[in-house]
Amino acid sequence: MNVIETKNLSFTYGVNTPFEITAVDDVSISVEEGEFLGVMGHTGSGKSTLIQMLNGLIKPTSGQILLNGGDIWEHPKEIRKVRFQVGMVFQYPEYQLFEETVIKDIMFGPKNMGLSDEEARRRAMEAVRFVELPEDLLEKSPFDLSGGEKRRAAIAGVIAMDPEVLILDEPTAGLDPRGRDVLLTQIQQYHKERENTVLFVSHSMEDIARIADRILVMNKGKEAMLDSTHEVFRRTEELKKMGLRVPQITEIMQKLHERGYPVDDGTLTMDEALRQLIPYMKRREENR
Amino acid sequence: MIGDITFGQYFPGKSIIHKADPRLKITLTVAYIVLLFIANNFLSLAAVVGFILLIMALSKVPVGLYFKSMKAVIFIVTFTSILNLFYGTGEPLVKFGFITITQNGVFNAIFISVRIVSLILTSSVLTFTTSPTQLTDAIERLLKPLSYLRVPVHEFAMMMTIALRFVPTLLEETDKIMSAQKARGADMESGGIIQRVRALIPILIPLFVSAFRRAYELATAMESRCYHGGKGRTKMKLLKFGKVDVIVIGAVLINLALFIVLNIIFPPSIVL
Repeated sequence: MNVIETKNLSFTYGVNTPFEITAVDDVSISVEEGEFLGVMGHTGSGKSTLIQMLNGLIKPTSGQILLNGGDIWEHPKEIRKVRFQVGMVFQYPEYQLFEETVIKDIMFGPKNMGLSDEEARRRAMEAVRFVELPEDLLEKSPFDLSGGEKRRAAIAGVIAMDPEVLILDEPTAGLDPRGRDVLLTQIQQYHKERENTVLFVSHSMEDIARIADRILVMNKGKEAMLDSTHEVFRRTEELKKMGLRVPQITEIMQKLHERGYPVDDGTLTMDEALRQLIPYMKRREENR
Repeated sequence: MIGDITFGQYFPGKSIIHKADPRLKITLTVAYIVLLFIANNFLSLAAVVGFILLIMALSKVPVGLYFKSMKAVIFIVTFTSILNLFYGTGEPLVKFGFITITQNGVFNAIFISVRIVSLILTSSVLTFTTSPTQLTDAIERLLKPLSYLRVPVHEFAMMMTIALRFVPTLLEETDKIMSAQKARGADMESGGIIQRVRALIPILIPLFVSAFRRAYELATAMESRCYHGGKGRTKMKLLKFGKVDVIVIGAVLINLALFIVLNIIFPPSIVL
């Protein structure tokens, strides 16, 4: 079942001016319900514009976006409902915090949905649990939090709306390695428990390789690839031409594979690589 | 969207107008704005506007950008010209109930709109072809006499550079914050006045917070490069009058002579 489907979706900035730029060009993709889709592309590939169209923040110049089979722009006045169904976490979301306390900020989304105070609070607490924010922070001003805490509070603010589809635009940008690891694990956990669809935009091939089921690659406004993570990262040369790369470990394993070592050229993570290399090394030791 | 406002932005280029001395450009912009308002008949106005159009063409900035810079004032232009249309004196051209339109009113309306439009265009030429640094350098130099009266000219100039520099940044930021809040279901399009003002809170607070954050960051960056105000500060690029400037001054003098002659010889086309 496809939760989101786009049909010949296009968007042009500055129509009828000398600055006309087609950011998204005739994209027809479908996102399956419950999948974890990684989205990658070089800067200016149109991925940001594409994801902003998916929740109705940008109206397409032409083409359609179907959410559970219905055109989201059929009733333009009800576009807010779409935004509750397709949650969007922007890059550096901590800059959108504004309320007096953290908990109030997280409740902003649910309250906008028209939920009662208690229900909004319940959902906010649920979201807080996912991002593992310590409870004693909830009554503090969001501006007193550390960078990583602010980031998690902001993400909780979107998760609290309990969207069917969650879009994250580079959620790990600017975090230290541990913060990155923790956040990725939390997102993975959230996806597993809620069984909802997640779109994850990232420049980090390692992050995408680690958690995505499938990958959408955008290039110059067009859909360049949409395939399973393994298949996409097998196409190293093509990705390089688009200004992208494969995870370092994948590249190493591909080079070993080329030189005749018995390893899989579609290896994506360090763990997978170790599972192949350690037995091989042991065998070599024994044969000596 | 907000990003469409181009007024006050710099458009890099290598045209004659870009190369002209910024001090000259500022002085001429002020002078031409004054001329626009001294002009009292269509011919002398045409002389001024014609020269402005010539400068625009020479600036090689896309016409579309100039049009875009008009967007913000289109309302004012329409409003004032419509007002002027109905408040003319003299023989009525059309009479429609209590509304009378006179030839004088029509002339006034045209005159006023041409004036405002040209005013915006003139200042747009200046900002499109002069980088903010050049602009403030020139302002600092032009206002220097005031520093003998203990006016902190350098500080004013620096404040202006910074303000100008951050206009596009803050616009972009506003756009981003708006999208982020809309994604959380903020409703900015419906409701009464009170609701709409309240809807601004989620945008204004993050915007202010980030403006202050940027201010601190900038201050630190400036201090770590040993900035300590204007005293004793020398310039790497000194403003110099060149060949281009002589040509521009020549052209302006001819235009000015034409303007004066036209303005004196022909009778005023408008009565205010």
